[in-house]
Amino acid sequence: MSASQVIKKSDSNASRLAITFSVLLLLALLVPLLDQAYYTKLVSRVCVFAIAAVSLDLIVGFSGRVSLGHAAFFGIGVYSAGILAQLGITQLGWVMPIAFMAAGLVGCFIGSISLRTQGLYFIFITLAFSQMIFFIAQGLRMYGGDDGFRLPAPTVWVEGFDLSQPKVLAYTMLMVLMAVAYVAHRLMTSNFGQVIIASRDNSRKVNSLGLQPYPYQLTLFTISAAMCALGGVGFANLNEYVSPASISWVQSGEFLFMVILGSAGTLLGPILGAAAFVLLEQILSAWTEYWMFYLGIILMLRVLFLKTGLLGLIAQERT
Amino acid sequence: MSLGLFIEQVFNGLQLGMILFLMAVGVTLTFGVMNLINLAHGSMLMIGAFLIAFATSSVPSFGLAVLLAMCMVFVLSWTIERVLVKHLYTKPHLDQVLASFGLSIVLNDGVIMIWGREPLYVNLPAWLEGPVQLTSTFSYPLYRLSITGVAILAGLALWFLLTQTRLGMQIRAGAEKREMIGALGVNINFLFTVVFAISAMLAALGGVMLGPMISVQSGMGDPLLILSLAVVVIGGIGSLKGALYAALLVGLVDTLGRMVWPSLLGPLVGNIVSNAAIYILMAMVIAIRPSGLFGRQLQ
Amino acid sequence: MSQPPILETVDVVKSFGALMVTDRVSLSVYPGEMHALIGPNGAGKSTLINQITGELEVNSGSIFFEQQLINPLSAAARSRLGMSRAYQVPQLFGTMTVAGHMIMAQIASKNQGFSMWKKSAELHELSSAQQDILQQVGLLHLASKPMASLAHGEKRQLELAISLSCDARLLILDEPLAGLGPTESEQMIELLRRLKTRYGILLVEHDMQAVFSLADRVSVLVNGSVIASGTVEQIKNDPLVKSAYLGDELEAH
Repeated sequence: MSASQVIKKSDSNASRLAITFSVLLLLALLVPLLDQAYYTKLVSRVCVFAIAAVSLDLIVGFSGRVSLGHAAFFGIGVYSAGILAQLGITQLGWVMPIAFMAAGLVGCFIGSISLRTQGLYFIFITLAFSQMIFFIAQGLRMYGGDDGFRLPAPTVWVEGFDLSQPKVLAYTMLMVLMAVAYVAHRLMTSNFGQVIIASRDNSRKVNSLGLQPYPYQLTLFTISAAMCALGGVGFANLNEYVSPASISWVQSGEFLFMVILGSAGTLLGPILGAAAFVLLEQILSAWTEYWMFYLGIILMLRVLFLKTGLLGLIAQERT
Repeated sequence: MSLGLFIEQVFNGLQLGMILFLMAVGVTLTFGVMNLINLAHGSMLMIGAFLIAFATSSVPSFGLAVLLAMCMVFVLSWTIERVLVKHLYTKPHLDQVLASFGLSIVLNDGVIMIWGREPLYVNLPAWLEGPVQLTSTFSYPLYRLSITGVAILAGLALWFLLTQTRLGMQIRAGAEKREMIGALGVNINFLFTVVFAISAMLAALGGVMLGPMISVQSGMGDPLLILSLAVVVIGGIGSLKGALYAALLVGLVDTLGRMVWPSLLGPLVGNIVSNAAIYILMAMVIAIRPSGLFGRQLQ
Repeated sequence: MSQPPILETVDVVKSFGALMVTDRVSLSVYPGEMHALIGPNGAGKSTLINQITGELEVNSGSIFFEQQLINPLSAAARSRLGMSRAYQVPQLFGTMTVAGHMIMAQIASKNQGFSMWKKSAELHELSSAQQDILQQVGLLHLASKPMASLAHGEKRQLELAISLSCDARLLILDEPLAGLGPTESEQMIELLRRLKTRYGILLVEHDMQAVFSLADRVSVLVNGSVIASGTVEQIKNDPLVKSAYLGDELEAH
């Protein structure tokens, strides 16, 4: 068995969901306790990446395909926040839906072509598309080109209550994460989710039963892309910066790392993976300047020697 | 646009193509023979560049420095294969992507640990400097010509290895039909290690040659890695002929395109298309004719 | 046979380059009839089945399902018309339970795949018809078990159970007896006997005894063409069949 094959199907999806939400609520309670901006921002960072990781897991874990291009959708969220702020639009009620739909549209286009391919080609073509978007962002000289630009104004709920305030950002992203996780849960436990899982396991049989996987996979890909952008909006506000670096293939690789670190094909897994990734980032970079080096080693060790991610390990501990 | 400029760009395009060819051959070989995706390939180019920078400052002769660098790459890639890569052959693509991604991060940071963050510069020996007068009006840098020459030599050496030696025959058989090499009674472990080492050395050779031309720094090979993935897809995965033609095509299209697109589409869009053109082509090939120009059909 | 056939192929041809794998095959299956397709290995039975189900394109010729031309239809579309195939090598879902497979079959046949919010059916929500089917194939007590934990014979039974759960009118059974032990074989044969008249069945099989005891009609495929087609008695006594195929088989039995 290998890293990608452990799709733990819990006997009770409901208890899974309950655990996920308990964890997130715990996180929510932590925020006021840690009354330092540093820790609050850390919580936001975890949520932002967790949103991206959950959305990616819909494709990697549940659909069984490796997307090396999800940073593109994340970046669309980042740039949506930035460009809209540039244009004077900062209300959350506008920014989030616009980012969501923009990424959804692009995701639908990319998915319509990519999902016609299998295996290695899917990896390559998602990479190719994400590169195209990277170059588009990099080429937008009025938006700073390769350097990017400072977020002119943070996204706001109401006057005086905006995402430049660490606690507001943390709570907002927690809420978005909960919403994303809940929607993902409903999707994957519905008939739709069963078709997706069946198509992953044996698409030939799904055809033979009377359904074609493509429309289902395309729908899910679109939703996944749209969700990922929501994380991007948070990221722009967290860093107060908009740059093409969020669209690099290295970023896509990091998202994959989070999914696999936590256990693919689950809900809690990618969230745990994102948390573990951010924790590792912080601990390692506090200890050494060359933290990427050690992160890379941890990644290789995880792939080579562990059959499952954190969630799988925890579940094994219990039984 | 003057003829001289055009010819110069054609030469530049062919030269880029030759470097891409060296990278692409490695990718197509490792994928064809071992079914291995290796995202650390760009890091091998980078290591080649760092090692030549190191070697030229340690050894007086440039030629000797190249030899030293290539030997070190050989040892390093052999070790990497025996320690890490051999575990990946039977694993799914996701695992290979992640493990090689991890390796590339390690290598990219590793060179910073050893050599710091400042870019390094490689000094060319005097006998490689200066222009060559090709026609009465047109001259081209000698070094760039020599790169093309070296790449052609490497290509010929590879051709010789693959067509005239037993080992080469085994490699070609493996690249075309992997199932066959087991049946041929070949020492698979040894073959795989050799193929990996060859592919790493070719990439590193590209790095060695690029070193004196561009600044040597961490991550320099990654853009070329992705470009070489595009080359392999366009040429056909597993096809060496395809890698050559596609590499030259991509090198020319990319270089000449950068001249053409901005004048056709304006500075903003033209710049974007110049960078993205090859990936657009890559996506089109995958969507329409996945086996590329010369490749075999994958399941 | 007063009713029109539920499945009819007319002069179907398939060649791979110079090799003709399906040579002007015309056969028909009537509603309620069990029609066996036999032939030596390499005769082209699988290729023919794949063309009927739509996984392989015909080069020429027509295939009709309930008098409707189905050549342009995809495998999924043909299945929705009322055709169900049980594969020789069971095609199952690696991470699902036995019940999950039945539920998936139901989702597909009722075309309820785009229900995206409501929870899908669970084990205790299996319909009585589905529980019945599981009972018939002897898997009801294993309904909650993951498919990966099933024995080989049980997997074949699950494969059949899925096909039965599809509201199909034509069953295409690809060697349902292959690899089964004597007791399992007997059980499967009895099960197949119970299915007769309720479905039109195209049965591909090697087991001659089973074929002769179950089938209403038999077609013999050799080197891609049907060399004989008729009742069991007719086929048993057909000299062409004997020399081309059954001769060796009969000796072996």
